[in-house]
Order: sequence, then C-alpha cells, then structure tokens
Amino acid sequence: MALFADIHSNLEAITACLHHARSLGADRFAFLGDLVGYGADPVAVLDLIERYAADGAVVVLGNHDAAAIGRDTGALNQNARTAITWSQGKLGASQRAFLAGLPLTVRQDDILFVHASAAVPEEWTYVSGAVEAERSMKAAAAGFVFCGHVHEQMLYYAGADGHPMPFRPVAGTPIPTARHRQWLAIVGSAGQPRDENNAACYALADLERARLTFFRVPYDYRQAAQKIRAAGLPERLAIRLERGN
Amino acid sequence: MAPPEPGTEIDGFRLGELMHVGTMAWVYRLLGTDGPLPLIMKIPRLGAGERAVNVVSFEQCRLVLGALAQGPHYPTLVAYGDVETTPYLVMEFVEGERLIEWTQRAPIPAPDIARIATALALALDEIHRQDVVHLDLKATNVIFRENGKAVLIDFGLSHHGHYPDLLAEEFRYPVGNWEYMSPEQILGIRCDPRSDIFALGGLLYELATGQQPFGRPQSMAHLRRRLYRDPVPPAALVATTPPWLQEIILHCLEVDNRRRYASAAEVAIDLANPGQIALTDRAVKRRRSSWTTTLFHRMSADRFVPAPCPPLAMQSSDAPIVLVAIDCMQGDEPLLEALREAVRRIAAVNDRCRIACATVVPPAAALEGEGEQATATGRHIKHLVTLRQWARPLELPEERLTCHVLESDKPAAALVDYATVNEVDEMLIGAPHRLASVRLFLSVAESVVRDAPCSVKVVRVPRHD
Repeated sequence: MALFADIHSNLEAITACLHHARSLGADRFAFLGDLVGYGADPVAVLDLIERYAADGAVVVLGNHDAAAIGRDTGALNQNARTAITWSQGKLGASQRAFLAGLPLTVRQDDILFVHASAAVPEEWTYVSGAVEAERSMKAAAAGFVFCGHVHEQMLYYAGADGHPMPFRPVAGTPIPTARHRQWLAIVGSAGQPRDENNAACYALADLERARLTFFRVPYDYRQAAQKIRAAGLPERLAIRLERGN
Repeated sequence: MAPPEPGTEIDGFRLGELMHVGTMAWVYRLLGTDGPLPLIMKIPRLGAGERAVNVVSFEQCRLVLGALAQGPHYPTLVAYGDVETTPYLVMEFVEGERLIEWTQRAPIPAPDIARIATALALALDEIHRQDVVHLDLKATNVIFRENGKAVLIDFGLSHHGHYPDLLAEEFRYPVGNWEYMSPEQILGIRCDPRSDIFALGGLLYELATGQQPFGRPQSMAHLRRRLYRDPVPPAALVATTPPWLQEIILHCLEVDNRRRYASAAEVAIDLANPGQIALTDRAVKRRRSSWTTTLFHRMSADRFVPAPCPPLAMQSSDAPIVLVAIDCMQGDEPLLEALREAVRRIAAVNDRCRIACATVVPPAAALEGEGEQATATGRHIKHLVTLRQWARPLELPEERLTCHVLESDKPAAALVDYATVNEVDEMLIGAPHRLASVRLFLSVAESVVRDAPCSVKVVRVPRHD
C-alpha cells in the first residue's frame, strides 16, 4: 500500500510518486490529507485523487483542504492563505463536493489513517515529538498510524514500556515492522519537502510481510515551480520546491 | 523455561549438542544439515522469569545479521523463526580460536597483540562501514578463522543506523558488557562506532596487562567512574609494555569520543605499523592522574556531553561519491599526483562529495605465505596504508574519505562492481602513457570506461614533447 501526504496541488510530484509506487507493485493507495494548498494544480490533483478514491483508495481531509472549502482551521501563514484563496477560485463544484465528503480519519483492519494527530484530528496538532506521537498512538488504538502534516519523514515505534521512540528513516531501506509493536509513520510531504532535499517523499507499506519503506523520488520540480510563478502565487512557494526548504 | 532437549526438531532443523547457555539465549549445534556450512541454532530465553531485553535482543540480532552484506567478519544468517511463534536464528557455526583463549593467557607479547587486534580492528571497520555498531565487544564474542580473519558474533545488542533501534528503550541499566562500555554508551548513546573502539581499547588493555582497565563494576556509580578516573597505565602494570602499544590503548580509551581514533581502520593501521606511530604523552605515562586532576574531572563529569554520532557512512543523500582507482603496485608518482589534483578540483567545487579510494589486489589465497607482510591481513593493511598516504595531502576530513582494498584477479570488473553496488557517481582512473610495460593497465582503464555505470574520467600526466 502506497502512502502519500501533503501533496499540496503538486501534480508533477504526485505523478512521479504514483509511478514509482506502481513500478514497485503497489496496488492499494492512501492519501493522507492536504491534497491542495501552496501549489498551482489543485483541480488536476483533486481529479486524479478522486479517480483513485473511486477505485477504493483511502483519502482523509487535511487542514488546507478544510480551509479550501471555507471551514475554520485556525491560523495559516500568509503564503498559505494567499494560496488557499487562489485555489478557492479554481475549484469547481465537483472538487468542493469531493473535499466536503472526506472524513478526518479512516480505520481499516489494524491501521488508522489521519492527516495530523489522531488524538483530536480536527485540531491539526503536529506530531513533532515523542509526546505527541504517544498521544496519537494511544488515541488511535491501532497497530499502525499513518499520517502526514509534519513534512519530514519519521517513524515512531513503541518500546516494551509503551513509550514511542523516534527514528529518522533511511530512504529505500525496508524496515521490518513487527506486529507486536505499535508504529506511527509520518510519510513525509510529496508536494513540498522541507528538509533541504527537493525529492518528493512517500512510503510503501508491505502489509503482508510487515515491512515499511520510505522513499525519496526526484521529480520535475522546475515545472512545478514554474507553474506557481505563472499563476502569480508567492515567489517563496516556488523557491521552496526548488530548494526543498 | 527449560532449554529444549537435544534431538528436538524445530521447523525441520534437528537440535544437536547444547553448546552454550547464555543469560539471553541457548545455542545448539544442528544435526544432519547437508549444506556447505556447519550450522548452529540460537534460541532466545523467553517467558516467565526471563528478562524483557531477551526478546528485543533477539529481534535486533535478526535485523542486523539479516541486513549485513555477506562477508567473512560475522556469521552468515541462514534462517529465522517468527518472534511471536517460534523464535530462533539459524546461522553459520564459526570454528576457530576464541579471543578469550588469549585473554585467559594475558599478559601476552606485544607482537601477538598487534596481530590479533589488527584483525579485530579490521572486522570492526567492516561493520562500521555498513553503519553497524556492535556495542557488546568482549573476549567471548570474537573468533578467529583459520586464515586469521576475526569474526564478530552476537549482534543482539548492536545498533544499525538504517533501522529503528529496538534497544534504545528505557531499560533500567545500560545493556551490554559493562567492563569495556564506553562513556557515551553509559550515558545512553548507542549510535557511535567509536564506542566499539573504546571497547577494543579495553580488550587491548586486558591482553597487555591481564587486568581490566576499569575492574568489574557492579553498580551504576562504579560504572560511571570511568568518566573521570583514568585507568592505571599498562606500563605501570607490565613494565615491558612498549610505548607504541600504550599509546594505542590509551588513545582508544579516551573518555571523550572526539579524542579517540576516528575509525577502526586507523587503529588497524597503527597496530600494523608500530614504528610509524607519533607518540604523545600517553605513551610515557607511568601513573594515573593526580588526585587534583581527578577531582576536577569528577566535578566536570556531570556536565560531560559526548560528541554527536558521526553521520551514516552509507546514507544515500545528494552527496556524490567519487571513486578514485589507485594502482598501488605501480608507484607512478607523477600520475598519483595528477589523480590528487583531479580530486582537489572536484572537492573544491562540491564540499559535500565523498571520496572513496580503492585499489585492486590479487585474492589473498593466491599469495598466502609465512611472513607477516605475506599474510592476508598484513597485505591488506599495507595497501590501506598506501591509500591513506596517497590521500593525506588532500587534507579531507575523515567522514569524507574512505579507503578500500578490493581483492580480485580482474581489476576492471572489481572496480565496476564496486561502483555499481555503492552507487558511485563518478570514477577517476589513472592511465599512464602507452608503454609496453603498462599495456595491461591501459586495458583496465579501457574496460572500466566501457562498463562503468557512471561517468569515468581518465587522468593522464600531460606530456610535453
């Protein structure tokens, strides 16, 4: 199962990640929120994900998605607000209806899918450390929590004493995820990486063999940045894709 | 829980003699295995009355052994059972002399120490280059194969930089052998290869003196004492300890990881070349630090913060890897300098690129001999030294430079293989001017250019005629 988060209207990035995942045999897909915002292709990205949803993909709502359909999501920074306002002008009735129908969490078997923390999903708490990870894992009460919101890839795993520990994954290394432990994976941002590496992030969970692999996929970020400039969106958002920070 | 009886069958493996009863696991010989390797089965001691760390250690051992590339310095993992149902590991039975047979006879002569410890340091360097730290180095965990190569066993407490560290849990006391445990490990840090270098220093100390540098601590307070109290200098216990050996031992046992050897390869090089070591105050120390110094150290020990773990060696990142093929045999100095100049130009443009120097030598079996330099280990070291000497004028920081001796009859194929496996971004290879005697080497460069998976730059000394 391929896991994507924080796609942020970046069509080039999500297309490259989907292609990468399919070439490795992914046959199930999950989109972990923030499908829109920041980038220049909200309509194309939403239409693409809606097609996957029709085929059974998991899709949950992110804070930028909620903002795009006019819900109150708390503070967003200036550039994010500008991009959301711009996106709202682009979305048609069908895209708005798709976003409005998205759940905050989805539970399948022993997995909980959520955009931010599972503790109170609508508060959009960042899982930025072991304390937040523990709250989210406790609330989820599932073997696996797959989420996004934080843009950097991170894996938390519960030790014998129940307290989660952070691990920064090495791209491309399959990590055995034994079922007797609890895991929380932040799959990283596909559409706006911020760790000084401009390659798109996603993760692949092999549920049968209990393995999780994080990936970095190079994509045509120049094209994505050029579209942001052409749309008249803030220059900082284009530079961010080029530099990955 | 009682150990299974010999003769029991587990997943098709039949247990033979119970070879070892450890606090964490039982080890059995396996009967009737037809494969090329003699095998053992390790079964973790789980259930009521056993320690929680046993199961985690089992998972960790399986993870690390499974992830290591096949090589001579650790046992090959053959099969394993699921931790939830029938946990076991089936692996190669390594036959040979154990390090404990040497420590039991200690003090032993310095040349013997140098020989066996060189092999051990090379084994550590091999796992460190794969981002594994052993963290439980002790005399019972090292076996020497017949060819002299050291094998590290029991990776149950080890750390692999590419995987979540299952042992980084809040166990009440630091796990591992307390006798040689490094200061940073005592403070809960498990990702530093220099911790193994500290333990290597502890083993060297024991081989040289017959005593443990820090005794056998039974309490946390005693364990922490090494953060401020230095060991008795080996020469004060065994007067015949050569200064170079004391220099190496105390260099390994530095409290601050910044002051220790940066890599096990450097320890191996020093052990193999005692005459070339730059001796410092460590070499001539005859007594422990004064009580005033100790008091000062004790007061600052609570504030001691070890250096952070070095970056992963095999971390795939955007830092390009440049492979430099060096022909150690030829000793063509102008060409070697031209290669250095080419590396300087690359390093000046990209301050993150990593330089891997490699040389290809015929396989060890082809020239096994009696003398020290003719043994596989001695020869390996000699080439490593040559590579390091070549690289020294470049003044590259330790983490950006690695040296590799590749054993093969086919130099071009070995270089291409190395470049493929290690995802090398660019290769530099020297080619002398066309002379009858070097026709063979030219064809190496030609084959590399034809087959390499990356850009290849052929370096020549400009000819002005």
